[in-house]
Amino acid sequence: MSAERGGGALFGLLAEFDSPGRLLDAARAVRDAGYTRWDCHSPFPVHGLDRAMGLRESRLPWIVLGAGLTGTTVAILMQWWMNAADYPIVIGGKPLFSLPANIPVAFELTVLFAAVSCFAAMFFFNDLPKFFHPAFRSSRFKRATSDRFFITIEAGDPRFDQRATAELLRSLGSTHVEGLEE
Amino acid sequence: MGVIAAERRQVLDNTSDDPTRRAPLVLGGNDFASVTEKVCSLAERPRPTRAWQVAFAISAALTGMLGALVVYLIGTGIGVWGVNAPVGWGFAIINFVFWVGIGHAGTLISAILFLFRQNWRTGINRFAEAMTIFAVICAGLFPAIHVGRAWLAYWMFPYPNQMAMWPNFRSPLLWDVFAVSTYFTVSLLFWYMGMIPDLASLRDRARTRVRAVVYGLLAVGWRGSNRHWQHYERAYLLLAALATPLVLSVHSVVSFDFAVAVLPGWHTTIFPPYFVAGAIFCGFAMVVLLAVPARQWFGLKEIITPRHLENMNKIILATGMMVGYGYATEFFIAWYSGNVYEQFAFINRLLGPYWWSYWLMWSCNVIAPQFFWFKRVRTTPWMMMIVVIFVNIGMWFERFVIVVTSLSRDFLPSSWGYYKPTWVDVGTLVGSFGLFFMLFLLFVRYAPMVAMAEVKSVMPQADPHHDRVGGPAGGAQGRES
Repeated sequence: MSAERGGGALFGLLAEFDSPGRLLDAARAVRDAGYTRWDCHSPFPVHGLDRAMGLRESRLPWIVLGAGLTGTTVAILMQWWMNAADYPIVIGGKPLFSLPANIPVAFELTVLFAAVSCFAAMFFFNDLPKFFHPAFRSSRFKRATSDRFFITIEAGDPRFDQRATAELLRSLGSTHVEGLEE
Repeated sequence: MGVIAAERRQVLDNTSDDPTRRAPLVLGGNDFASVTEKVCSLAERPRPTRAWQVAFAISAALTGMLGALVVYLIGTGIGVWGVNAPVGWGFAIINFVFWVGIGHAGTLISAILFLFRQNWRTGINRFAEAMTIFAVICAGLFPAIHVGRAWLAYWMFPYPNQMAMWPNFRSPLLWDVFAVSTYFTVSLLFWYMGMIPDLASLRDRARTRVRAVVYGLLAVGWRGSNRHWQHYERAYLLLAALATPLVLSVHSVVSFDFAVAVLPGWHTTIFPPYFVAGAIFCGFAMVVLLAVPARQWFGLKEIITPRHLENMNKIILATGMMVGYGYATEFFIAWYSGNVYEQFAFINRLLGPYWWSYWLMWSCNVIAPQFFWFKRVRTTPWMMMIVVIFVNIGMWFERFVIVVTSLSRDFLPSSWGYYKPTWVDVGTLVGSFGLFFMLFLLFVRYAPMVAMAEVKSVMPQADPHHDRVGGPAGGAQGRES
């Protein structure tokens, strides 16, 4: 537990690993030890880590599906309202409302709604933007976006015990374990 | 010994066609840290290189010229361009279609190749996407100033107004407004989202306060959390799945601007696929055109490898043949239709007053890429540069042929005319290249030019089982549970 700073309350522990394989094995062990308030950090998504952490499937696709269908509906209703109901005008002797001419705009708005909601949902589910996290206090953590792999276990976890948890992380091959202030 | 020699050759050349071994995607024995270092250090130089400064000065000057010409156009009127009856669509529409087409390669690389799990895309996707954004910006400029009263361009959008009128949704020109604005928005979101982890890398390496704050804001507090990666990866996959039909639809809709009209030479069902193939063709040519100097000047030869270039050149060859097939089919259908106007339109392209542009189009787009049948041409940078420059010229002239030949000679000989661009037309085209290159130079100076997180994820070390071979095993736990 080096680098512990006096003062603030303990947020949790930060453990460093030097390869994706070690991180994956450690994540399985932390999951099996029953921890729930913890996280892994890696410079790129590590294959298999979602299962190793026991994460549930993301519900993001349902949001995107709903938004896409909304886009289609809005586009069809909009075109009907504008060209056939509110300001009916005959173009080229065609019917006031006919689906084929409305497909391109309906398609584009489907994609637009779905894509914008997909982007927004990613931020929403991830609780971003969030410019501060206790891990940012650690100078070692700067390498989480370059070439190092980390596990954080929060002090608020029911199974958290400063000594035992640190011991567990070290036994899993962590090269460095430190405490994080709130 | 043979194996060792082959191994050594692979350090710099991964274009071997031996199917028994997978070609490495990153060369030169790089690890995660060195990839971060190589890419980030480009955006961290205190001063840009001489070559960058000169290129930036030139392109900024051209952008200034573009701005001045647009002001002159709006202040004086559309008469400063060569457009007049019967050719009402001149350089502006040609440039619009050209630039939108250029944009297609970026989304194709980032979305379609992603869905097909073509891992080699990771080395080039970031700057191909950037290129897309900048090309669509250039494209969007032209219809806006082409409407004549540019200050009323917002009339194209359906908004409640005091005239109590709505736009006509049967018009392909309106479809275009929706297609291009959606395309720009989605490409921008895709590009920015892909960049967040890399902006976080730049934030974590920042040495100055300004860099820490700016990259920090842009990185939105990304910390590589796997709970984040999970949603992020899913969102990225869905954006790719949405962008894939989108990229195919955009140039289809652009082609409707022509195909839905009744003009001979335009009114044809082959236009959507043939426009899309042409867009991918010239878009990839532009990516190669930018990638070859970029990897040379920025020391990225180990990340943008000869294999990346060769793969792109193969796509150029394939799409070039599709374009050639489109040209031949148009001609055949004109004859087979029995429609005299259609037949005349094509004979006129071949032998009429604009014959030179038609032959230029054939030789640049169909003949030039044939050199890519030779592996030496596909893998030698200066040779491919020549081919792709020809392809870009040819694709600009393809749009010239389509727009100008059909408009200048339609059904009635009494309404025929001859279109000549003015110096303002030419200056605006050149200026749009200035804008494109200026934006691109700013991008390579300040943004992560290579998608580091994605490149790392396709390196052999990224496989969790990689270090178990030969080395001590990480933990005693089971493999998968």
